[in-house]
Amino acid sequence: MLEIKNLHAQVEGKEILKGLDLMIRPGEVHSIMGPNGSGKSTLAQVLAGRETYGVTQGQVLIDSKDLLDMAPDERAAAGLFLAFQYPVEIPGVSTTQFLKTSLNAIRKARSQKELDAVEFLKLVREKIKLLEMKDDLLKRSVNEGFSGGEKKRFEVFQMALLEPKLAILDETDSGLDIDALRIVAAGVNALRDKQRSFLVITHYQRLLNYIVPDYVHVLLNGRIVRSGGKELALDLEKRGYGWLEQEVGEPIATA
Amino acid sequence: MTTLMTSTNADTFLGHLEELKRRSAAPGWLAELRERGLAQYRELGLPKPHDEEWRYTRIDAIAKGKFELVGTKPKSILRAERDLKGFTLDTAGPRLVFVDGCLAPALCRLEAGRGVRVSSLAEAIGGEGDFIGQHLGQYIDITADAFGALNLAFLEDGAVVHVSKRTAVEEPIHLLFVSTAGASPAVSHPHNLIVVEEGAKATVIEDYVSLGEDANFTNAVTELVVGDEAEVEHYLLERESARSLNVSTLRVQQGRQSSFSSHSVLLGGALVRNNVHPVLAGEGSWSLLNGLYVIAGTQHVDNHMRVEHAAAHCDSRQFYRGVLADQASAIFSGRIIVHRGAQKTDAKQNSSSLLLSPDAQTNTKPQLEIYADDVKCTHGATVGQIDEEAIFYLRSRGISEASARGLLIHAFAGESLERMKVAAVRELTERQLLTKLPLGDLVGQVL
Repeated sequence: MLEIKNLHAQVEGKEILKGLDLMIRPGEVHSIMGPNGSGKSTLAQVLAGRETYGVTQGQVLIDSKDLLDMAPDERAAAGLFLAFQYPVEIPGVSTTQFLKTSLNAIRKARSQKELDAVEFLKLVREKIKLLEMKDDLLKRSVNEGFSGGEKKRFEVFQMALLEPKLAILDETDSGLDIDALRIVAAGVNALRDKQRSFLVITHYQRLLNYIVPDYVHVLLNGRIVRSGGKELALDLEKRGYGWLEQEVGEPIATA
Repeated sequence: MTTLMTSTNADTFLGHLEELKRRSAAPGWLAELRERGLAQYRELGLPKPHDEEWRYTRIDAIAKGKFELVGTKPKSILRAERDLKGFTLDTAGPRLVFVDGCLAPALCRLEAGRGVRVSSLAEAIGGEGDFIGQHLGQYIDITADAFGALNLAFLEDGAVVHVSKRTAVEEPIHLLFVSTAGASPAVSHPHNLIVVEEGAKATVIEDYVSLGEDANFTNAVTELVVGDEAEVEHYLLERESARSLNVSTLRVQQGRQSSFSSHSVLLGGALVRNNVHPVLAGEGSWSLLNGLYVIAGTQHVDNHMRVEHAAAHCDSRQFYRGVLADQASAIFSGRIIVHRGAQKTDAKQNSSSLLLSPDAQTNTKPQLEIYADDVKCTHGATVGQIDEEAIFYLRSRGISEASARGLLIHAFAGESLERMKVAAVRELTERQLLTKLPLGDLVGQVL
């Protein structure tokens, strides 16, 4: 599904990712944990195609195709989805217009029939229940005036609508209270199946109680220094990241 | 004929005086009005580059242009409804059509409901001189306005709309000014008079269009009276050719508890000066100046607002938005004058522009003149580029870069559209906008 080989990336001349390797197979849920500044969000942005990050070395394949060669919108069409840590407010663009444009662009790229207004609305109504969001959201501008929790739920709602092959959740749990976290997690879990893969980036183990991963990786200073099962996350919760720094002999990057 | 030489160049406009006199006999009061305009124009002359009211706007194209005065008979170029294709409005309301400054009766729809009269000024001068004489030229302030003075000097035709007391006109009244390309550029000085009496309600659309690539100069003045408790929406649509020159002055006189909105949608023209000048003369009146310009190439738009609070408890709002591509340039000059005694004035002004090119330019000049002590006046201006964070967000959802840019530009302009109440006008404006906005075709596909 997704194969990352020796990925190096920098921003403004500063190297953030320093040789990252990761393999995600269909249906797997991987979690990446790490302290602030370890490169978690950079990885998410690089995978989504953010141009401010320069890839200096390495390769990323999605379904054996070169992901780094694709524009951000082509990556979305290829099945990649990023739930943003900080969703962007877009005044004047209605949520409905945004979702319909997005969905139809992706359907078109996948050679599926574009949906008309009625079909689109039916689909939206069905998915919106999943995230326990209100219909009036459709009349508002994208993310404008949304609370932190609403923004995160809206990200997952978009994911449910666009049905990606690989979804990356970039600290989707940050700023969520326990009820919102439960809703978001339920939304994600409803999408889990044998084909769809997830990369869950988080600072805290808490989210992983709700979205149980198959694999947990620890990112330190731009590289994955430890991989394991879900019990690794519990270990980190108890002991913090300090002991890993000792073991791998590298200082933990600071935010 | 004697033409006064105000400078080394002979004034092309004064050269038309003889022709005006020859073809258009005026009753005494009208001759006086023309004379007043002419005297003032001779005194002022055309604005010079150092003139504060014209800073940043070069009028060489007007001052050095050679224009013919438009005739009194329309060219036969427009005869049938289908000739107006693209310029019509999807409503059944009254319509006046002028082609190169001359009334085109075959294209007009003069039948209006009870209490509403729509006619040409030339006709009204002959027929109901008293009513016209009472209002015409009474509101426009030409003390420092050369173009206004010039317009008065050449007062001959235009549109007259008269809505009687407590009459609600549901359908918008469409005043369509069609400019065609002749052998040489022409100048017209249309003067419109709109009187909406006490408690009445009306929507008037002043619409300037081009049939070809003309380089005509339109020097228009509209005097609009909003009676006590009356409600008027005025639209100015500028969609002339990219070579047209247009100076439009809207002077509004507002009565007690009246409500007035001016919506300017400026898309065409090489040089456009848009003067909007409401005087809130009756207590408790309300005024909205909403504007949107979308320009490219070397187009220049100069929005010149002058909002006068002359009575207490009045509110005014100014919202102007502009999208500028290529080497286009724009000015927003917003003057708020609060006269002595206009207590509890609440005046707000905001202008923002979106620059799509490093060569596009915009100047903003807010001016507050306050002679009362219990007032609230604020102004704000923003100039910015497209938000690249938003572009990335949209692209990450599968939307192409071009569509994403188109959506954001449209969203920026859309805020102005939302303030327009009349659906038919909003739709027309939306259509016009999509043809003019960069990447508008892509947006049109997804709307």
